[in-house]
Amino acid sequence: MKILVVIKQVPDSTTNIKIRPDGEDIERSGIKMVVDPFDEFAIEQAVQLKEKRSDVESVTALIMGPARCSEALRTILAVGADDAIHLQDEAFEKLDELQVAATLGAVIKDGGYELVFRGKQEIDLDSGQLGPALAEALDWPHVGAATKFEPAEDGKSFTANRRIEGADERVEVRLPALVTCEKGLCEMRYPSLPNLMKAKRKPVKAMTAADVPGFAEITAGVGGSEMHQFAPPPQRPPGRILKGEAEETAKELVKLLREEAKAI
Amino acid sequence: MTNDILIFVEQRDDRVHPGALQCVTPGKSLAEKAGGKVVACIVGDNIDGATSAVEQTGVDRIITVSDPALKMYSALRYRTALAAVMEKVEPRVVLMAATFMGRDLSPRVAMRTKAALATDVIELDLTGDGELDIVRPLYNGKATCHVKFPKDRPAIATIRANTFPTPTGGSGAAREDLPYTTLDGDDRINVLEIAKTGGDVKDVTEADIIVSGGRAMKNEDNFKLIFELAKELDAAVGASRAACDAGYQPHSRQVGLTGKTVTPKLYIACGISGAIQHMAGMRGSKIIVAINTDTEAPIFNIADYGIVDDLFKVVPILTEEVLRLKG
Ligand SMILES: Cc1cc2nc3c(=O)[nH]c(=O)nc-3n(C[C@H](O)[C@H](O)[C@H](O)COP(=O)(O)OP(=O)(O)OC[C@H]3O[C@@H](n4cnc5c(N)ncnc54)[C@H](O)[C@@H]3O)c2cc1C
Repeated sequence: MKILVVIKQVPDSTTNIKIRPDGEDIERSGIKMVVDPFDEFAIEQAVQLKEKRSDVESVTALIMGPARCSEALRTILAVGADDAIHLQDEAFEKLDELQVAATLGAVIKDGGYELVFRGKQEIDLDSGQLGPALAEALDWPHVGAATKFEPAEDGKSFTANRRIEGADERVEVRLPALVTCEKGLCEMRYPSLPNLMKAKRKPVKAMTAADVPGFAEITAGVGGSEMHQFAPPPQRPPGRILKGEAEETAKELVKLLREEAKAI
Repeated sequence: MTNDILIFVEQRDDRVHPGALQCVTPGKSLAEKAGGKVVACIVGDNIDGATSAVEQTGVDRIITVSDPALKMYSALRYRTALAAVMEKVEPRVVLMAATFMGRDLSPRVAMRTKAALATDVIELDLTGDGELDIVRPLYNGKATCHVKFPKDRPAIATIRANTFPTPTGGSGAAREDLPYTTLDGDDRINVLEIAKTGGDVKDVTEADIIVSGGRAMKNEDNFKLIFELAKELDAAVGASRAACDAGYQPHSRQVGLTGKTVTPKLYIACGISGAIQHMAGMRGSKIIVAINTDTEAPIFNIADYGIVDDLFKVVPILTEEVLRLKG
């Protein structure tokens, strides 16, 4: 079984986000970029499978993005991916997420993969579109936001758990399939220094839009949404600190919540 | 493509998700602008209760796809059903709630129907040219952006809970059934079990009010205080990652970047500092209350009401007061 892990490099969650003066993007300079925290679960799950099961041939990492993504790839290779594909082209920068999914689908389709892991959500765009959209592009089943993953003995199916509103759902899915990973599935091991050194020598295949079969048609066939007018989050009205002894402040709060905020 | 607005009405066990009914409000204003109708679609099995709940919101037309195979949500079967409804209605815009189901289903349906998609939408409008223009948060709530949709394909948007009110007072929608025609391979996902979690306490994604505790709770036992207040407010119990990682609460209650994103009408944060990753999950709440001993805690920057005091003193009094108020 060949496993693919789709990775994204995103701003670190603690980064201050500033909006560019023209409002068409955020300020990109000086931002610390990391592997998406949900994609960390994805690579760890894939590597654990390879360690546990003799039928797992290889774990390949796939990333789309500019040259700086090689840093994220190195982390992923150090954690245990065998090789990587780096899709890099200016033409990719204008794609919306559905178009990215269509592009990745075309790249993955004939690669012989049976299982694709991905984080449940990208913490930059926050949308979580890519995983399910990619599964649809491949016409594969998917499990979204999995917290548990157990392959069947025969390697033809798996069961997975996912959290839904107020419940835990357990599903059985036939391979090939895509799984998006949620907190709780596993925690990524720390890439050791020797492994980071070794990662440098692992093969990374570079691909451009020209290498994607039918790139122009498939991306013209879906999506096409555009992001504009970036802004800081809506200002919340200034808050009020209630003063006094606990007895008084607690009473006042309940009163305000009922009479002013009408929230209780 | 027509000028109709289609609403996918999420239900489980014949209970409509409140977020789905809230979609009717923007659905109506978009339909008015576009000169189209509001069409609701319900997918499931035995969905009479859900259907009448939708009718009361005043939609123009209801399409049901009812089949035993659709009893439980499956990404494949539901995408097939919804894509079939879209093919029939040819809507300009499709709205659904930004729930686990909405997030799971919408990208597949968008891909399949060659639509465009935006998720977690908080504002939406149609431009003069008939293009959908929406606003959504991104970068863990640290920014927002507009998304402009191409006008030659359907636009799908999932809408954040509690962004819009639920309309009432409607009746007499035209009804119609559409059969579910299985596609080859739709049976590759099968739900084995749905086990309720959290006992009789509401889930944070379902509640209008959330009372959350942080590291300051110190242990699981102390969370009793939070549960007592939550019970009086008919609220869900949430927690910071620090509290979950320490084992005070299960991760299913974690609010934040790697937990759940919530937008309740009221969020009460007790002993939570307001780390950026926590705020990512709750800054969209309507009213935020912070109880924290540290005046400098960042949570106060986004709180509507704050009490700088020991939560162990304040929370029990709050519970008593709420109880007293309820008489
Ligand atoms: C990739 C990543 C993802 C993350 N995801 C999440 C997430 O999803 N959710 C999340 O919550 N965090 C998340 N975190 C962790 C986050 O950075 C913080 O560490 C965490 O939110 C802190 O939790 P806390 O506020 O409970 O604890 P602390 O930051 O330790 O705050 C405790 C607060 O309690 C106050 N306090 C102490 N005693 C009392 C008392 N008696 N009465 C009143 N107040 C008191 C203190 O003044 C302090 O402000 C994430 C971090 C990373 C790096």
